[in-house]
Amino acid sequence: MKPAPFVRHTPRTLDEALAILAEVAPQDGRVLAGGQSLVPIMAFRMARPAHLVDINEVAGLDKLIVENGMLIVGARVRHGAFHKPVEPGPLGALLASVVHNIAHYPIRMRGTMCGSLAHADPSSEWCLTAATLDAELVARRKGGERIIPARDFFEGLMSTALKEDELLAEARYMLLPAGTKFGFNEFSRRAGDFAMSAALATYRIVDGRIADARVGVGGAEASPRRIPEAEAALNGQMPGDAAFRAAAEAASAAIDPLEDIQTTGEYRRDLVRAVVRRALEASVK
Amino acid sequence: MSEKTPITLKINGRDHKIAVEPRRTLADAIREDCGQTGTHIGCEHGVCGACTVIVNGEPVRSCLMFAAQADGKAIRTVEGLAKGNELHPMQRAFMDHHGLQCGFCTPGFLMLAVGVLEREPQISDDDLLDVLSSNLCRCTGYQNIIKAVRAAAAEMRGAS
Repeated sequence: MKPAPFVRHTPRTLDEALAILAEVAPQDGRVLAGGQSLVPIMAFRMARPAHLVDINEVAGLDKLIVENGMLIVGARVRHGAFHKPVEPGPLGALLASVVHNIAHYPIRMRGTMCGSLAHADPSSEWCLTAATLDAELVARRKGGERIIPARDFFEGLMSTALKEDELLAEARYMLLPAGTKFGFNEFSRRAGDFAMSAALATYRIVDGRIADARVGVGGAEASPRRIPEAEAALNGQMPGDAAFRAAAEAASAAIDPLEDIQTTGEYRRDLVRAVVRRALEASVK
Repeated sequence: MSEKTPITLKINGRDHKIAVEPRRTLADAIREDCGQTGTHIGCEHGVCGACTVIVNGEPVRSCLMFAAQADGKAIRTVEGLAKGNELHPMQRAFMDHHGLQCGFCTPGFLMLAVGVLEREPQISDDDLLDVLSSNLCRCTGYQNIIKAVRAAAAEMRGAS
């Protein structure tokens, strides 16, 4: 249960970090942020990186600001930063309601949002949030930058569009309009465990009816994503049990469920039906 | 590669000058290199919470942090809770409410509870329950642990 040997690099600036990453990436170099997922898999020797580029002392990556209508979250902003709303609108409240479902308190003191996104565990709450809200992921490499929409970022189980020499420097979220309703729900057998399914929903009420519905599902497929069938079942309807059940049914039918030793595809569909309905119910509480 | 580098771990106000490989976890360095064996190691992958210590005011899993990352930072372990012969209110509450049986998980629970309550003295009962779900107790003494932490929380609020 001890990690294999590695060389640790401790850059102080982003440019320095990217230069080192460019050099060590071909020799199995990886970025170390909060380490709350990477260090356990190193302890199990499932990962044996030869080099770690430790970004914990890199200046500027703790950026957490609202700029041009977007919330910008730097690469070493930790989960715990979201325990209290980071902005006064619905987005700040949404992130604060989601963050309490991530692992446990001490993990949230160290783990980072961008680290979770780059790790791309299918049951990650932040990956679900980024996919549902169409976040923009800012990838930086030596001498370059590109912005990857969340829908193109998650490519499968623990797999993203990031190249090996790219650092996920920022996640950017559009602020949500005032009055946006939201609800989150996840199912796991023990508090803090990986979610066996999770759902996040947001919408607005226009003339008493649901508009701009977003329904995201995580932990059920290889990557979290919005479920258009569930959103279509909501838009134009009155918020309430009938619409919520229809959306849950649509999401359950639409997914291509992951199967594992404790979860059959049929059970996963049941879970998705339940978490989508509960997330929607939470939106009106 | 992966040569030992000199670092200083400031544990409970005392400097420990040691040399560690990059892969040395903070938990192992505290116990093996600094001789502070009050911090226990259970699962070594961040699940059980037995190794919880406070680093720069934040309760963290010391098995998920490398010792070199804690170089120069203020580390607090269970050995630092009592003032001489006077137990910390959290330690006394664990005694008074039978919050420990075998005691293996106790240092982790103490540092978790103290770390959170120092940061959030007014934490709600529900949130405190969520915090205590972080750590495992194989004796399953959770009810008494909850009682102890709630009692100590009230006392710590009164004292501040």
